[in-house]
Amino acid sequence: MKKLMIGNMAVAAGLHDGGLGVVSSYPGTPSTEITEFLSKYDDLHSEWAPNEKVACEVAFGASLAGARSACAMKHVGLNVAADPLFTLSYTGVNGGMVICVADDPAMHSSQNEQDSRHYAIASKIPMLEPSDSQEAYDFAKSAFELSEKFDTPVLIRMCTRIAHSQSVVETGEVIPTVLKDYEKNPQKFIMMPGNAIKRHPIVEDRTKALSDFANDCMYNKAEYNGSDIGIITSGCSYLYVKEVLGDSANILKIGMPHPLPDTLIKEFASKVKKLYVIEELDPVIETHVKALGIECVGKELFSILGEFSQSTIAKAFGKEDKYSVSADSVIPPRPPMMCAGCPHRGMFYTLSKNKITVMGDIGCYTLGAVAPLNALDSTLCMGASVSGLHGFNAARGESAERKSVAVIGDSTFMHSGMTGLVNVAYNATNSTVIILDNSITGMTGHQQNPTTGFNIKGDPAAKVDLEALCKALGINRVRVVDPYDLKACDTAIKEELAAQEPSVIISRRPCVLLKSVKHEAPLTVDSDKCKSCKRCMGLGCPAISLKDGKAKIDNTLCVGCGVCKQLCAFDAIN
Amino acid sequence: MTKSVMIVGVGGQGSLLASKLLGNLLMSEGFDVKVSEVHGMSQRGGSVVTYVRFGEQVFSPIISQGEADIIISFEKLEAARYASFLKKDGKIIVNTQQIDPMPVIIGAAQYPENVLSELTDKGVSVEALDALSLAQQAGSSKAVNIVLMGKAAKYFGIPYEKWITAIESTVAPKFIEMNKKAFDLGYNS
Repeated sequence: MKKLMIGNMAVAAGLHDGGLGVVSSYPGTPSTEITEFLSKYDDLHSEWAPNEKVACEVAFGASLAGARSACAMKHVGLNVAADPLFTLSYTGVNGGMVICVADDPAMHSSQNEQDSRHYAIASKIPMLEPSDSQEAYDFAKSAFELSEKFDTPVLIRMCTRIAHSQSVVETGEVIPTVLKDYEKNPQKFIMMPGNAIKRHPIVEDRTKALSDFANDCMYNKAEYNGSDIGIITSGCSYLYVKEVLGDSANILKIGMPHPLPDTLIKEFASKVKKLYVIEELDPVIETHVKALGIECVGKELFSILGEFSQSTIAKAFGKEDKYSVSADSVIPPRPPMMCAGCPHRGMFYTLSKNKITVMGDIGCYTLGAVAPLNALDSTLCMGASVSGLHGFNAARGESAERKSVAVIGDSTFMHSGMTGLVNVAYNATNSTVIILDNSITGMTGHQQNPTTGFNIKGDPAAKVDLEALCKALGINRVRVVDPYDLKACDTAIKEELAAQEPSVIISRRPCVLLKSVKHEAPLTVDSDKCKSCKRCMGLGCPAISLKDGKAKIDNTLCVGCGVCKQLCAFDAIN
Repeated sequence: MTKSVMIVGVGGQGSLLASKLLGNLLMSEGFDVKVSEVHGMSQRGGSVVTYVRFGEQVFSPIISQGEADIIISFEKLEAARYASFLKKDGKIIVNTQQIDPMPVIIGAAQYPENVLSELTDKGVSVEALDALSLAQQAGSSKAVNIVLMGKAAKYFGIPYEKWITAIESTVAPKFIEMNKKAFDLGYNS
């Protein structure tokens, strides 16, 4: 059957049709939909794990048990899962195992643009890289066979443009899920020095065998068109090259960026007069080609930064069409922002008003950094708010402890905030941690997590009690506040910052975009009472703007949260 | 020859549904289709752009400057933001709704009121309509996306009935009638 699928949906379909038994993942743009689509199948086990390390280890356990297994994550998630990854390379698999990792060149929704191909090289695990949804389906489906044949996990590298672009997919037969026998095999699966030292040469031999395999496999293909020019490319760069150069250049399309096909590359290079390597982000293929003693043009012409497009290729080959029209006015930017009625806003407003140093984290609430709230001081990675705050306070002492907090979402706290909080209690700084509990994983599009009481299928599940958890981790002062109540936020922040021990404030109200959240009637501004003081504008609410000097509320956006009403000294908002 | 359509607007305005409707319809008409979506942070009230490309064989899923045949904009400012993507003799279909971006809300920038006339003065073909009012007339301000697809429909050379069938198979059952009305209002505007 032919169907339009985003790349992530095609990966999901490929994994399913390849006989997947267990998938465990943590959401992360642009990888989230792989697991969301898999959760719709009832003939496999799917779950949201608390973080990527857990997810990868669940997939390992399922593979050990004999099932075909998978996990999916964004590029920075692979940093979290790197610990199991490197040793999984040594153990190999029982049932086939696939690790999907989605890079985000141009950082559409990420804090860096690291290139995951380095992980494949460093961990010595083969990596596949599709160029469109059909390949995403075919590669994912075939990856289990590759994994079992070479006794290795297989990485599938996606990028934003492949993960989130729909193209036509023709699916094939479904390979039924089979549970292979499980037999205890300590030499292969207990990675203590005496065993691991014997596994390492097996890994090296495997890479050699895979490199030979790569010279003649479904993933890499050479297209010869009788031109003097040769281009080695992969992923979405291949599409841009085809778009601009069509059949006028020889192309070596790399669908398996690790290990690279040495013989095929040498043969291709020998048939062209001028060789280009076109790849987004780091010069991974280029470095390899040069190490083979082959001259090529790469990063001197094609940037190491951001994404490419067909115009990148057109410019490089002098085929650019220069037509362009634009309005004369300056077009103001439209950065993303917290939604009207977002429960994070009241807390950030209060923190900003009190000039608190705020260690931020990863989620919708990173948007607390933008004007007019300008509430954040740092954002590094998942969980870094809590541990970073402890370090900040350890360095600066009491003056900092009274003026600084960490903010972290419920899902991020489950992911990697808990360990930081243990450290706060154990190593005793008077740190104040605010858990922004909006009862969902928000930024990635509303996934359940261990604090919501529901699992990936929406069925009731064990629910972590955040108050009890924080106490169990060693924090005695734990209080809950409603972020729609500005006075309560202010009191809680002042009291907990003054306390002579570590504390946690749980700022609790569900995400306003949840279907279960009932909206109040929109508020309106009485323009006779409005004195144009602009105090309500300080909230940065997208529903409030100024019209002819007076505040105006957009009734299609306002959800009646009432936070602006609390700020108005003239009773103009009702 | 590959045709390129951009659907631009503000995160949360429903551009994903519009691109899904268009993509499925074009595929059922026998075209090769690619649709590039935006997920994640940009969806939170930011400027969003979806690319739809169709033809005999489509390679790139994205659209570069000077390549778009049609830009369908859910908001006035966003039409101007992406105007440079339009090809010569391309067309802009735009909802005249004005949604202030945060720099305008906080007074750090001005909303350029006359961007559409600036574009028409330069010879750009601009079809403007108040899609929000038409959507409200159809029963929901959320149907702006379908009103605009109705307005754009005639440029795809696909009969009215096929659009209706596509709507029926794309939107949730309880919203079908409302969306059909929204499409009709856009189509006849």
